[in-house]
Amino acid sequence: MVTKFYALIMMTLLTLCKQKDPNPPKTNPAEVDYEWVIQEVNIPWGMAVLPDGSLLYTEKEGIIYHISNGKKTEVGRPENLYYRGQGGLLDICLHPDFEKNNKVYFTMSRQPEGEKGGNTALFSAEFDGKIIQNYQLLYQATPLTTAGHHFGSRVAFDKKGYLYFTIGDRGERDLNPQDVTRDGGKVYRLHDDGSVPTDNPFKGNDGKPTAVFSYGHRNLQGMFVHPDTDEVWTNEHGPKGGDEINIIKKGANYGWPVITYGKEYSGLTITEETSRPGMEQPLYYWIPSIAPSGMCFVDAKVYPDWKGNVLVGSLVFEYLERLELKNNKVVARHKLFENMGRVRNVLTAPDGTIYVAIENKGILKIKPQKK
Amino acid sequence: MYHFIIFLSTTFFIAGWWQTNPGLEESKQRGKLVYEDFCVTCHRSNGTGFGKNYPPLANSDFLLNKRKESIYAVKYGLQGEITVNGTVYNKKMEPLGLSDEEVADVMNYIYFSWGNTTSEMVTVQEVTNIKK
Repeated sequence: MVTKFYALIMMTLLTLCKQKDPNPPKTNPAEVDYEWVIQEVNIPWGMAVLPDGSLLYTEKEGIIYHISNGKKTEVGRPENLYYRGQGGLLDICLHPDFEKNNKVYFTMSRQPEGEKGGNTALFSAEFDGKIIQNYQLLYQATPLTTAGHHFGSRVAFDKKGYLYFTIGDRGERDLNPQDVTRDGGKVYRLHDDGSVPTDNPFKGNDGKPTAVFSYGHRNLQGMFVHPDTDEVWTNEHGPKGGDEINIIKKGANYGWPVITYGKEYSGLTITEETSRPGMEQPLYYWIPSIAPSGMCFVDAKVYPDWKGNVLVGSLVFEYLERLELKNNKVVARHKLFENMGRVRNVLTAPDGTIYVAIENKGILKIKPQKK
Repeated sequence: MYHFIIFLSTTFFIAGWWQTNPGLEESKQRGKLVYEDFCVTCHRSNGTGFGKNYPPLANSDFLLNKRKESIYAVKYGLQGEITVNGTVYNKKMEPLGLSDEEVADVMNYIYFSWGNTTSEMVTVQEVTNIKK
């Protein structure tokens, strides 16, 4: 009797502790039509589709590959990679005028020669169709640390030609995200040559504007620029619960770790506060965490059934999440590509085709839907 | 008198155990930080693992019976099928990029937490001796 009673109490406690999903995603009964671009991948982090329809992609272990007609060729191997924990070669994107200048941009965790530890860095380089060269370091976050987590990162251009990239809090949540003079837990904005726009929102200790564009972030691994509004959308990993989608506003504070919908991995409370004046609320948050990586906006010309939808990769639950939105509110969630592996990235190519990168599985493209 | 004997034997037991594993507590403390940095997102804070892809580390027969393979996995990563407590797992674990000291520390944290225990702590030399 006593044992039974004890068991009952334990069950109740366990149920209370478990994070319930108030709005669980539906499994999509209809199969999605797709074809493989390449099937031999390890951790395909970043992707960029070239004007000829071929694909550049980054392997986290430090190699940039070019895939043309199903053939994979190594085209770049940046030096001083800090390959540790969540660090490695991260995202890649093309310059808006790539056809004229061959320029590509990528982020990676970097350990400068002869130093200890690493932090996220942004590079530009040139790709002539055969090899990536003329590497130029545009930004190196500091300080270097041996922490193995929260490097970010994604990189993208808006229509005005600004270059945005993200860096995670580097495991120093009480030091970095809320201090605009420190790197980490930020969205950054630069010109294409790495110079800082004079109207960026924050000034450094020297009185000059810095690359920081928004702050109070945890670990951002998804980003796109909205094709209609030209706004930057990001997603970020929460701790246990509290993954977020945000629309990035210049100079805004997104709250981490002062406000969050998540808890410590142990289940303990980080803070009771989920909102505070002067801090942004997410457009959407996930409980439990799906571990979002990659994010894109669907081109309705190619996929009319998914008009206005946003796609997000889930690492931990291993599917691609399709979110239906109405007036910037999530109204329905769907699971695609279940049980294929950790979805690391999803991208809308310039022609509207959606590319999905799945760890240890491959990169696929979704076939256009009939109008 | 009875209490005194209990007290003495406990003291000797703990002292003896300390002697066979000098530096274990310090190693575990360092290992906890490594665990919270590199392992916790998948294997969870109490070592329960998660879902069908991330095996448990608490009371794991693999960990306790296959010490060499376990250290190898943390040092170089893991690929292919393994069986943990009767369940088959087949998920690649990437190399973590840890130093031999960090591997020893995190292994000690795992081997002496959540009800796990083993007779000898993992030394840096033991990790160094495990080669590809």
